[in-house]
Amino acid sequence: MNSEKGEIARRYREHTGRKLTLILAGIALLLVITVLSISTGSADIPPADVIRTLAGQSVSVTLDSIIWNVRLPQVLTAIVAGAGLAVAGVVMQSILRNPLGSPFTLGISNAAAFGAAFSVIILGAGSTSSQLGDAVTINSPYVTTIAAFVFAMLVTLVILAFSRIRGTSPEVMILVGVAMGSLFTAGTMFLQYFADDVQLASMVFWTFGDTSRASWDELILITVIVAASIIYFTLNRWKYNAIDAGDETAKGLGVNVEKVRLWGMMCASFVTAIIVAFLGVIGFVGLICPHMARRIIGDDHRFLITGSIVIGSLLLLSADTAARVLMQPYQLPVAVLTSFLGAPTFIYLILRGKRI
Amino acid sequence: MILEVNGIEFQYKSKEVLKDIRFHLEKNEILSILGPNGVGKTTLLKCMNAILKPKSGTILVDKEDVLKLEQIEVARRMGYVPQRCEPARLTAFDAVLLGRMPHMKWNITPEDVMLVEATIKKLHLEDMALRYIDELSGGELQKVGIARAIAQNPKLLLLDEPTSSLDLRNQLEILDTVREVVRKENVSAIMTMHDLNLALRYSDKFLFLKNGTIFAAGTMADITPQIIQEVYGVPVTIQNYMDVAVVIPTHTA
Repeated sequence: MNSEKGEIARRYREHTGRKLTLILAGIALLLVITVLSISTGSADIPPADVIRTLAGQSVSVTLDSIIWNVRLPQVLTAIVAGAGLAVAGVVMQSILRNPLGSPFTLGISNAAAFGAAFSVIILGAGSTSSQLGDAVTINSPYVTTIAAFVFAMLVTLVILAFSRIRGTSPEVMILVGVAMGSLFTAGTMFLQYFADDVQLASMVFWTFGDTSRASWDELILITVIVAASIIYFTLNRWKYNAIDAGDETAKGLGVNVEKVRLWGMMCASFVTAIIVAFLGVIGFVGLICPHMARRIIGDDHRFLITGSIVIGSLLLLSADTAARVLMQPYQLPVAVLTSFLGAPTFIYLILRGKRI
Repeated sequence: MILEVNGIEFQYKSKEVLKDIRFHLEKNEILSILGPNGVGKTTLLKCMNAILKPKSGTILVDKEDVLKLEQIEVARRMGYVPQRCEPARLTAFDAVLLGRMPHMKWNITPEDVMLVEATIKKLHLEDMALRYIDELSGGELQKVGIARAIAQNPKLLLLDEPTSSLDLRNQLEILDTVREVVRKENVSAIMTMHDLNLALRYSDKFLFLKNGTIFAAGTMADITPQIIQEVYGVPVTIQNYMDVAVVIPTHTA
């Protein structure tokens, strides 16, 4: 039918152009929600004032303080954490060839939370401040991050070993994930048993992920790691496409599948570990955001990685804003909301069967 | 001579699978690897492009030793089509574009896109170019897999049972496609086959494996009912029907 030269290529470029447009629309939406999110809270600020303050024109000292010290860090944390969890999820799904893969469903988040709690309670990397009861000040973020990463990696290696022995069928992976998740939840409970009252209260920290905890310094550290991982994953986007076509096809295309799998999992686990260490466990974002992105722009990682990042940021920021407003004057930890969203989605994905 | 295989041995966990495999292939030839289940046909095919590493031996493609090349260098010389291509939410065009991967630096170029379009036309896949491959039938998906391998611009195509799980019409279409490509594109092809009649119909050369080594090899003229009976353990006769050789089992229950 299309015998004219260049016709199919032209239609193909239109097709990829549409995907690019969708991503740009998502980014625009994210900017709007960012402004709206900063303006909502216990004290409502008009969006115009938010934009003016962000542009560097001081409206009032109080507004400056609220926006720069309270709202903006929290909003940026939600955006960065959402992006990090979503990108970790999308890469895990690809390299494990498993639609149910994500930091949370594979038990990696729980292991990282245990590692972070372990570093604070046993290694003394943090101090608990009793006047708030639910807050932990992490004195040595590097020790905490490394501890979280070590335990996250431990689970990752178990999962990679299982995928070698038993294949990467969704059932096996998820069962291993459940086992690992329970093991480390039990480990955290074990630590709790020996903790004093203040420590005990503070350990709830890692059970309910919350974006309002990160300081500017912590936010910068998380951002650097998330950004570096996004660059790494983007450089490997074609390899993930090749692995999606099957291990043998990928090898036939010159991809060192084992190496891509190991480094990809390590990188995704590291991102998960740092987010969990500072914010606690935020479940399901890494699972559902990639699937929403797959629905909208397909499985091509050239667009899927960016698409998942945008949707991850959008979802976590929206959920975070909702969590701030829903039960005023109380702020809900955002993880409670994502779990309410995520659990039904997870069941829906299982019900829909093999092709998700 | 495009391919020269010398003394390939392959072990799987200290169990010898292949031993003393030697054969060669000329340009524009199709070779079928034949033999019973589990004899190592697919293993041999995967040794050709070093997806599996043989314990010893050499594989020369255009006088270059495959086993000494980087995997990506091998991918520039050989296209591999597995028995089953995994479907994903990608268009057929995206899937074929993946074949340009061994040749690209950071991203595709406009030349890659034009080359993929040309490949799609060559295989008459225009109608499905922008369809998602998770909506294609088994035969269509197999053609996309072959198109991807051809987009690699290889000297040698490796096909693992290209006709398994396809209906009669698709079996013929796939093998017609392979033959057309081999004749026109200056490549050669090696395929593992179960269906003897299809193999006889479409191949120039044959390799019969038995007990992990070559039992017989040659062209159509070298194939006798005795060879097939020895390899498969079933008595057969070979008849000619309108210039097509047909293997008919004479075994009765």
